[in-house]
Amino acid sequence: MSNMVNIFLFGKKYEVPDNLTIMNAMEYAGYQLVRGCGCRNGFCGACATIYRIKGDRELKSCLACQTKVEDNMYIATLPFFPLVKQVYDMNKVTASEAVMMQLYPEIYACIGCNACTKACTQELNVMQYIAYAQRGDFEKCAEESFDCVMCGVCSSRCPAGISHPQVAMLARRINGKYLAPNCEHLDNRVQEIKDGTFKELIEALMQKPIDEMKELYNNRDIEK
Amino acid sequence: MYSEKFQKSLAAVEAAREKNIALEPARMTAQQKTDLLAEYHPDYKQDEFELLQIGPNKGDKVPKELADTLQAHSRVCPNCVNLDNPDYDVDVLVIGGGGAGSSAAIEAHEAGANVMIVTKLRIGDAHTMMAEGGIQAADKPNDSPAIHFVDAFGGGHFAAKRELLERLVCDAPEAIKWLSDLGVEFDKTEDGTMVTTHGGGTSRKRMHAAKDYSGAEIMRTLRDEVLNRQIPVVDFTSAIELILDENGAAAGAVLLNMETKEILVARAKTVIIATGGAGRMHYQGFPTSNHYGATADGLVLGYRAGAKLLYAETLQYHPTGAAYPEQIFGALVTEKVRSLGAKLVNVNGEVFMHPLETRDVSAASIIRECSTRGNGVETDQGKAVWLDTPMIEKIGGEGTIEKRIPAMMRMFGKYGIDIRKEPILVYPTLHYQNGGLDITPDGMTTNVKNLFVAGEAVGGIHGKNRLMGNSLLDIIVFGRIAGKSAGAVCKDVKLGKLTLDHVTKFEKEISDAGINTDTISPKLLPDYTRKVNS
Repeated sequence: MSNMVNIFLFGKKYEVPDNLTIMNAMEYAGYQLVRGCGCRNGFCGACATIYRIKGDRELKSCLACQTKVEDNMYIATLPFFPLVKQVYDMNKVTASEAVMMQLYPEIYACIGCNACTKACTQELNVMQYIAYAQRGDFEKCAEESFDCVMCGVCSSRCPAGISHPQVAMLARRINGKYLAPNCEHLDNRVQEIKDGTFKELIEALMQKPIDEMKELYNNRDIEK
Repeated sequence: MYSEKFQKSLAAVEAAREKNIALEPARMTAQQKTDLLAEYHPDYKQDEFELLQIGPNKGDKVPKELADTLQAHSRVCPNCVNLDNPDYDVDVLVIGGGGAGSSAAIEAHEAGANVMIVTKLRIGDAHTMMAEGGIQAADKPNDSPAIHFVDAFGGGHFAAKRELLERLVCDAPEAIKWLSDLGVEFDKTEDGTMVTTHGGGTSRKRMHAAKDYSGAEIMRTLRDEVLNRQIPVVDFTSAIELILDENGAAAGAVLLNMETKEILVARAKTVIIATGGAGRMHYQGFPTSNHYGATADGLVLGYRAGAKLLYAETLQYHPTGAAYPEQIFGALVTEKVRSLGAKLVNVNGEVFMHPLETRDVSAASIIRECSTRGNGVETDQGKAVWLDTPMIEKIGGEGTIEKRIPAMMRMFGKYGIDIRKEPILVYPTLHYQNGGLDITPDGMTTNVKNLFVAGEAVGGIHGKNRLMGNSLLDIIVFGRIAGKSAGAVCKDVKLGKLTLDHVTKFEKEISDAGINTDTISPKLLPDYTRKVNS
């Protein structure tokens, strides 16, 4: 059912079925992957890949596990990219613009070329989330960058040397910890458990014979 | 964008959609569930299992593939490894860099221990990263840890170790709080109330989520915290054998650099196994939603060192693996799709079950629909049923899918299927190892001193079936417990002389039992070379 196509893995030609993903095609060709392969489902960012279709000027990027091969595809994987990850104490950072200035000052050297956005394997508006980070708008930066898998392709294309995924990581943590509204019912429940509010109920369940547990389970109310 | 052959069935699904949305399908009775499971669930297929002939669980039944890997030769020649000059010397050695391992490392570090993570691939290459739907915790006023306990205990066929389940449900709200304080972005309303939904088998809406990147959001935050604490992470290095001391307590591990094949030795006062699951063993030939490294390594390491397994014969087949297109065959379609209102529909457009039965019941029901009932949709990889995603937009309003399950929309969108407008095809996929190493409530194995376990490698927390959202929860709760316990215990440990005698002994047991095998374990990675399907 599938046709064969020619692909070039690191420049070397292989003939593979056209219905395979790049990752499966590499394995079909005989590669036993160690690097460049993780969840195989598009969540972990291990299999960042750059490719060019012969005769096409544009360099494209993708996740190898999420992209089908094409005829005359020249493929190079990018299993690691040296992102800059600053070390910080989450309890000491604050939700202020100065945090970015201090930890990731290179974001202010962005020249607006938009190469990051064009390169994003998740089709995120990377340059936009960096602009939000520059302004200290962590909430918007967090929202815009939420689907980031930290594959690092954006940074590989950045003339300003920005480590976009790490900037976004910091923004999301600040947003989650300091800016998102506090959850009162959670605080209350944690306190109730500390106070032993459910102790008796749980202890009763620990002792109950299996038949009574079955009775309880099979007749429990289910919230609509 | 479905080809011609699907169109007739697709038309039936569309025609029935309005009626199907309004339909409130009955839940099965306890007896109906028991009968269904016995006939259709893969765990009940006797000829797919084998009795262990050696080791602490001799005489117990496990999947054939697991028996083969447990009763296999070591990667280590015990007399060739010099244990006297270890390459690493730490208080707490964490094996595995997923959610459980990272949580454990953070807590051990917090307790003041010298802790190190060793991981086969990268930190974060783990099932935690892939968990989509959410994490349970009974933190709403209409809910309680006791109700959570009953849901999980019943869902797990009344087989969970109650003292473990007690920890799971009672520590759950605190786990959410801990994550939230680390900066994990849970879905909340403007006043801070958690947005929660049902999962299969829950009686209260207690599924907390971060869109459908719940696990990824948790994992990347934990990873960032490990890096901020500058806990050493030795990546692309797998543990291939535990080291014991002369008194039989865990005392480190023999390590293998996955790239250079160099053998290294780590000495440790305590060891935490957090190696995850086993989907890449492809039990019974099933496709899997699991991570590339899910090869049951921790069970092998623990078993050879004398640790006992619990419920290793029970696996979870997630009811909704992607069945089409073939490029994503077996990939997870989050249960949250059903939590948001999508129903399971057969080839004729009929709803054949309540969409939120527990996972084992749902999987068995889909297998029945596709086998004896003959109501499956034919695909190139076999039969499948529809999961009618456009219902979600009709129920929750336009934009619900993009807001709540963007990863699903992206995964299918790449292959020209717009899940807002078209349903998707699903079939059960091997998803989770319910069983694992037997532990006490402080995370230590029941019979190897100073050996702790956390996460999917543990058996007994969930019994014989796990509810959605309780695994993401257990990796945090038991990861933290293992880290705290190991961090405390290591202070009083005086290591004796290091030994690999247990490996030699195990080899002898293999030959004494007359087991003739070429298998070497742990497997570390599956071999997909020159194979079209994986």
